[in-house]
Amino acid sequence: MGKIKVVHYINQFFANIGGEEKADYPAELRKGEFVGPGMALNQAFGDEAEIIATIICGDSYFNENIETTKAQILEWVKELAPDVFIAGPAFNAGRYGVACGTMAAAVKEELGIPALTGMYEENPGADMFKNNVYMIATKNSAAGMRDAVKKIAPLALKLAKGEKIGASCEEGYLPNGVRVNFFEEKRGSERAVDMLIKKLAGKPFVTEYPMPDFDRVEPNPAVKDLAHTKVALVTSGGIVPKGNPDHIESSSASHYGEYDITGVMNLDEATYETAHGGYDPVYANADADRVLPVDVMRDLEKEGVIGELHTKFYTTVGNGTAVASAKAFAAEYAQKLVADGVGAVILTST
Amino acid sequence: MVKEIERAGLPVVHVCTVTPISMTVGANRIVPAIAIPHPLGNPALDAAEEKKLRRGLVEKALKALTTEVSGQTIFE
Repeated sequence: MGKIKVVHYINQFFANIGGEEKADYPAELRKGEFVGPGMALNQAFGDEAEIIATIICGDSYFNENIETTKAQILEWVKELAPDVFIAGPAFNAGRYGVACGTMAAAVKEELGIPALTGMYEENPGADMFKNNVYMIATKNSAAGMRDAVKKIAPLALKLAKGEKIGASCEEGYLPNGVRVNFFEEKRGSERAVDMLIKKLAGKPFVTEYPMPDFDRVEPNPAVKDLAHTKVALVTSGGIVPKGNPDHIESSSASHYGEYDITGVMNLDEATYETAHGGYDPVYANADADRVLPVDVMRDLEKEGVIGELHTKFYTTVGNGTAVASAKAFAAEYAQKLVADGVGAVILTST
Repeated sequence: MVKEIERAGLPVVHVCTVTPISMTVGANRIVPAIAIPHPLGNPALDAAEEKKLRRGLVEKALKALTTEVSGQTIFE
């Protein structure tokens, strides 16, 4: 038997093409090449497998053209007919995670070729695709590449060979909701009592049936009288007064900003910019209304379409920012919005 | 963030480009935007046309806020 054939998907960053300024790089097929993390994977495969092609796509390009890009890449993969398809790993890069999850799931489901990816559990791509395709749990930054490769390579080989895949805790993938019957050595009552004793003693224990986390909020009733409603603008796009006075971090933000826009008719280049490090800032820096539409809101206020634009806007950087942080920020400023008599919110994201 | 604002009792619309992420996050009113680095703009247009485009999106967002929804809804 020859070597197992692998096709690898990565983004423009890991292909050394460029950062955010190259995120609009269209999909590209490089036959016979392995790049960036592909080198580490190829090394980990030893003589057993090799990457026969690398597919590269800019993160913004993929996410702005999901259907066409997916179709194009599927066509390439179909023609290459690998034994296994690997996407990423994407760590905590959101658009990259969505791209990796989309492609790995599509290759598996539409071409019937074994596929896997890897990312941090808070990556939005994780919740979207972890039940569709094997997804190795990684750290939240590329510093976790070695660890990730150590888990991705063996799982890829197993999948390619059609070997039995162990439980998520054994193989290192994110739990995907699949349950497998097996015989436990101890019976249920005994295990339950053991767990209870550990719990009472304040010791760590592992539940056998984690409760599903359905954190959904019901929609609030619609705004009845827009012409008398105070509307607030909020963004995760990192729009801040020029100079970023509160030093909101370009990624993994630790706080949010509250800024007064009384009398501000539009956000111009001289006074506003973005602190966000996860997208090309050129367009937002030139005209921040492209992210936080103050100019249009002022017009609508003047025309009486809305009651008024709230005097403050709230902002943070949604780039690798922990879900727990974002939740805490919003829980806090939402109370301020309510106290200030705001009746509706427009939240913009990049 | 969108969920916490909703939880506080405020109707909220999420204007974003990658709507599948918004669905996963749990936004109830979603308006698809133009592009990741300029969700409410298009630098290829001249200033007046770009503002018109932005106004269209904001009007769509306001329409979403004044529309009753029973679950997650994308306002195309």
